[in-house]
Formats: sequence, C-alpha cells, structure tokens
Amino acid sequence: MDPRRESEAAPMKNRATVERKSERELVVTRTFNGPARIVFEAWTKPELFKQWWVPKSMDMFLRSCEMDVRVGGRYRLVFGHDASNPAEFFGRYIEVTPHSRLVWTNEEGGDGGPVTTLTFEEKGGKTLLVLHELYPSKKALDAAGTGAADVMKETFEQLDELLVALGASVGR
Amino acid sequence: MVQYLRARLDASFAALSDATRRGVLEQLGRSDASITDLAEKFHMTLTGMKKHVGVLEQSGLVTTEKLGRVRTCKLGPRRLEEETSWLERYRQLWDARFDELDKVVEELKRKERVDGPKKRE
Repeated sequence: MDPRRESEAAPMKNRATVERKSERELVVTRTFNGPARIVFEAWTKPELFKQWWVPKSMDMFLRSCEMDVRVGGRYRLVFGHDASNPAEFFGRYIEVTPHSRLVWTNEEGGDGGPVTTLTFEEKGGKTLLVLHELYPSKKALDAAGTGAADVMKETFEQLDELLVALGASVGR
Repeated sequence: MVQYLRARLDASFAALSDATRRGVLEQLGRSDASITDLAEKFHMTLTGMKKHVGVLEQSGLVTTEKLGRVRTCKLGPRRLEEETSWLERYRQLWDARFDELDKVVEELKRKERVDGPKKRE
C-alpha cells in the first residue's frame, strides 16, 4: 500500500484486530478514547447498546434488546424487520464485574456456542477492550467460520451472476 | 457470526438494487470516471451522484481517490476474493460497530462534562 495515502487516512482512528488465538479461540481487540466506566456502560445499557451494535452498513434492524446484567441474568437480542423472519441471539451472564469484566454464554446455536469474555482495561483515560470467544471445540469454531464462508460463497455466486449479466449488457 | 456476515453481504445487494448504481458499475467496468463525468452521463446533480457513489463505496464495490480537485471512481479491486476471508469480514464488522461505539462514548463523555461526573453504581 502507498504509505503516503495511508498516512492521510485519519491517523487517529483506532482499528479493531481479530485473531484466531488457538484452535478454539477468537480474540477481538480495540482501544476506545474514554474511561472504562463509560465503555462498560455502553455495553450494558440497552438504550446505549442499541445505538451502536448494528452499524448502518449492516442493513439490519435490532427490534428488541433485553439485558439483565448480573450473574445468572439473561440477555436476548431480536433482529429482523418483522416477526416473520426473526433472528435471535441469547444467553446468560456468568460473570459481571462492573467496569472491568463481563462473561456470557451464546446459546442460540445450541451446544456449539462460544463463551464470550469481555475485559475493559483503562490506561491514561483510554480503554483497551478485549473480546475473547472460546468455542467448545475446534470443530465448533471451524463450523462458525465455514458456515460464514458458505453463506458468502453462495451469495457471491449470485453476485457473480449479476455482474456477468451486467457485463453482458455492456456495449449493447 | 453467520447472521452478521449475511447482513454485511445484504449491503452489497442493496447497493446493486438501484438501476443508476448498476449503470455506474457498468460504466466503471469500461473505464474509471470522475463523479462529475458520472453525474453528466446519468443526467444527475453532483450531490445525487455523490450519494450513489457513497453507497457503492460503502459496500466495497467501488473505490474512490481524490487527485487534486477531482475524485476518481473505479471498481473495487479483487473484491470478491477478499470477501471470502471470513476472518477479515468479521474484523470489518467489528470495525464498523466500534466506529459507532466511538460516537456513543464521545456523547457520554460530553454529557459527563456538562453534568459533572455523577456517582454510578
């Protein structure tokens, strides 16, 4: 990449990293320009969570969001524009340490769902967020990735067809 | 995760759901063009064309580069191959999500400055 161009592109922007730490672990990290109590609040208050969890580019609608943030408490996110095609994500909180640590289960996929550990480390007014997903087996993580890859493959085949059709109409 | 990636891809299809945007892709398939060129070709205002290009850019189908005062548009390079890396798509999802979270954090910080730090449980 052209280094000159890269330096022009918003040098202050924090970037998320995603790493497959082991056969069963996926780790997402990101730094935020604010104290841990604020970042924690944005993760645990539904009215705040709803403002950012679904980026505009996703074209997805978060219909409801319930969070009972205490040990043993449950959460449930319901997506979809209407009740006919809902997508739900749910589980329960295993550990809750205000402003520093949250651990929850992901139960929508049955037994193959990961356990997510979220830690907030504050340093000099900034917060390093580490989201750690531990899958029950290598197979479960592979399946999550492969499942995603399959969906993309299928979708890209459709997209390819569309682009071929567009290409065919060029110069007509 | 699958659900999220599917939604990301829906954005690509949404970008292609508009006849003008498909026309712009066809045009860029022939040659790169400035936003002004495209606006003229499609009999649109600059503002209108900027919006369409913005949607295409967001979905990754088109990239733009500003040279001097002219913004040149071109087809996104090797995009389909890049898309197949699910880990990279997953990263992009978190990037988009965390950019929104940045805004919430800024807003909460601003509120704290106005209200003074209040006691939280």
